[in-house]
Amino acid sequence: MDVALVKPTTERATRELFAAARDRLPGSGPVSEARQAAFDDFARRGLPYRRIEEWKYTDLRTLLREIAPLAATPDQAALARAAKAVVARDAKGAYKLVLVDGVFAPQLSDQTPETGVEVRALRNILENNDVAARADLLITTAASDTMISLNTALATDGVVIDVAENLNLSRPLHIVHITTQSSTAAFTRSLLRLANGAHATLIESFVAAEGAAAYQAHDSVVLWIGDGAELQHVRLVEDAHDAANISTAIVTIGAKARFNSLNLTCGAAVSRYQGFIKFGGEGSHADVNGVNLLNGHQHGDTTLVLDHAVPHCSSNEVFRAVLDDQAHSVFQGKIIVQPDAQKTDGKMMTRALLLSDGAEADNKPELEIFADDVTCGHGATVGALDESLLFYLRARGLSEKEAQALLIQAFVGEAVESVADDGLRDVVIEAAERWLAARG
Amino acid sequence: MPLLEVKDLQVRVEEREILHGLSLTVNKGEVHAIMGPNGSGKSTLSHVIAGKPGYEVTGGQILFNGEDLLEMEPDERAAKGVFLAFQYPVEIPGVATMTFLRTALNAQRKARGESEYSTPNFLKKVRDVAASLNIPQDMLRRGINVGFSGGEKKRNEVLQMALFEPSLCILDEMDSGLDIDALRVAADGVNALRSPDRAMVVITHYQRLLNYIVPDFVHVMSKGRVVKSGNKDLALELEASGYAQFEEA
Ligand SMILES: Nc1ncnc2c1ncn2[C@@H]1O[C@H](COP(=O)(O)OP(=O)(O)OP(=O)(O)O)[C@@H](O)[C@H]1O
Ligand SMILES: [Mg+2]
Repeated sequence: MDVALVKPTTERATRELFAAARDRLPGSGPVSEARQAAFDDFARRGLPYRRIEEWKYTDLRTLLREIAPLAATPDQAALARAAKAVVARDAKGAYKLVLVDGVFAPQLSDQTPETGVEVRALRNILENNDVAARADLLITTAASDTMISLNTALATDGVVIDVAENLNLSRPLHIVHITTQSSTAAFTRSLLRLANGAHATLIESFVAAEGAAAYQAHDSVVLWIGDGAELQHVRLVEDAHDAANISTAIVTIGAKARFNSLNLTCGAAVSRYQGFIKFGGEGSHADVNGVNLLNGHQHGDTTLVLDHAVPHCSSNEVFRAVLDDQAHSVFQGKIIVQPDAQKTDGKMMTRALLLSDGAEADNKPELEIFADDVTCGHGATVGALDESLLFYLRARGLSEKEAQALLIQAFVGEAVESVADDGLRDVVIEAAERWLAARG
Repeated sequence: MPLLEVKDLQVRVEEREILHGLSLTVNKGEVHAIMGPNGSGKSTLSHVIAGKPGYEVTGGQILFNGEDLLEMEPDERAAKGVFLAFQYPVEIPGVATMTFLRTALNAQRKARGESEYSTPNFLKKVRDVAASLNIPQDMLRRGINVGFSGGEKKRNEVLQMALFEPSLCILDEMDSGLDIDALRVAADGVNALRSPDRAMVVITHYQRLLNYIVPDFVHVMSKGRVVKSGNKDLALELEASGYAQFEEA
């Protein structure tokens, strides 16, 4: 593929797209300046491709080719289709916050939860001139990345959630992203700020309304975890099998805090989940796990950067991929230990299970350690299902698919077991079971 | 019609012939013991009957209730009533024993066109069988055989046998690794399953097991064949004289 040829075309198309979208993008003054700067950054560099080290396995110039036109504001018919999809993905007892085609849909969402929790639409904040520093909502602390820039430029909406100090949220917050319009792109940006000592659970789901195809979901979520706060975070990417999902999480963890995160990707033809997770206070711990369940020609990339910027923090990453047909899974895990970050404990273990000869798993661990008193390690395995275990199960009456399903569940379970809450773990397991059931 | 008929079975593993024309007929209600030196092909025979991949049958036949067993997938064989208690049961971390037992039992029942067990009925059945085999409930909450002692694994095999109620039970060295008390409990479990509709093939190295599970027939296997058959006294003879006489043959 001739990159020199592709870039200008994409760039022109994207410039047109940005120009066309301007009227629909909330915010003026410093907000639109921030958008313009972000767009210029994207336009200068274009879609990331294989020569960009962080994207070497996920060349968006070949996998995505171009940014689809922005989805229209959903009409009543679209909202009705979205409502059906919401019902199918209801996580029991959670506060639903629904984004349809990149627009917050209050009529499909639950009322602002309990006292001490504030939920606002990003669009409302950006358009409200009384809110100081609203441009901050679009500016991130994360390493420069073109897809974050593009998201900043084009984010139409999202939810901004603030949880008050020491509040222990009784029910999970569930951001549901639903696409109803085929061959369009939606850009969302959400924020969750846990004040010191707050406890919360955040679920993010990505699904298609029935019939929606070949769309692009572009999302960024910014998570602030205060001192002594705890966030349990689960992402479920179940987009249509010909869709794309390009998502970023930017996480800052305070002192003596906990971040427990699990991403499960089984949807989308092309997906990238990048997590930039930074320890900003001492004595904290993060479990950042991931599961890719892919088949057909799906390409799923999970890229994590754990930045140990302060001493006495620990992080553990467990990643599992189950790959059938010609599927391609990528895991890139970088652990940075800054010069001051003594007593860092950083671990990373990835395993891939190949169910077919055509499947492929790439694993790129990177340790950048600038402190001397640290414990860091990583390991990786790639293999097929153990024949002797399969035979044991089949000799007891399980069909080949059933036996595989049990072994796959066990394999995936190693990444899922860190989810402490039973109900939440079931939400993840059910998503995995849907994937297994769809295999037939 | 015999329950199991193995006729002139020839089996290769990785280009090497292990069974060289083995024949064995088992009728319902019978208990057969198979004895024979290490490497004579006893486990190979049991694996081929159960349908383990990796064995190439180059000649002969296995009929089960008159049907060609070699044409069936392992799970079909299980549903039709073939059960192998493994010499070396595998550990499967992450698959809860109870989930496994229930999935397996219901898969077999479904394949036979029977209704699935309800949860309370299933739990009661497992609890009763486990109690009769001195298997504590907490073992059933673990992954399949994970952290089980050698003897516990063997008892878990007998538990499954009792639960699935197969018509052909092949026990491959059920006694190895069992202490004397556990052996008696496991043998009682096996004996409780003896019935006119069911047959057992008991593979063992030790005559002692046959004091508990008294066979109708004893076969001696050597170098991939049955070289002698007799009644339970043959086991006592072997205990006294060893296998040397057959090795030379
Ligand atoms: N997968 C295999 N690859 C190569 N050789 C094999 C394989 N499985 C079995 N064999 C060989 O086949 C022969 C018979 O083995 P088998 O396990 O059936 O013996 P056995 O009678 O059960 O012995 P034991 O009493 O020690 O359990 C042995 O020589 C063994 O090495
Ligand atoms: Mg053996």
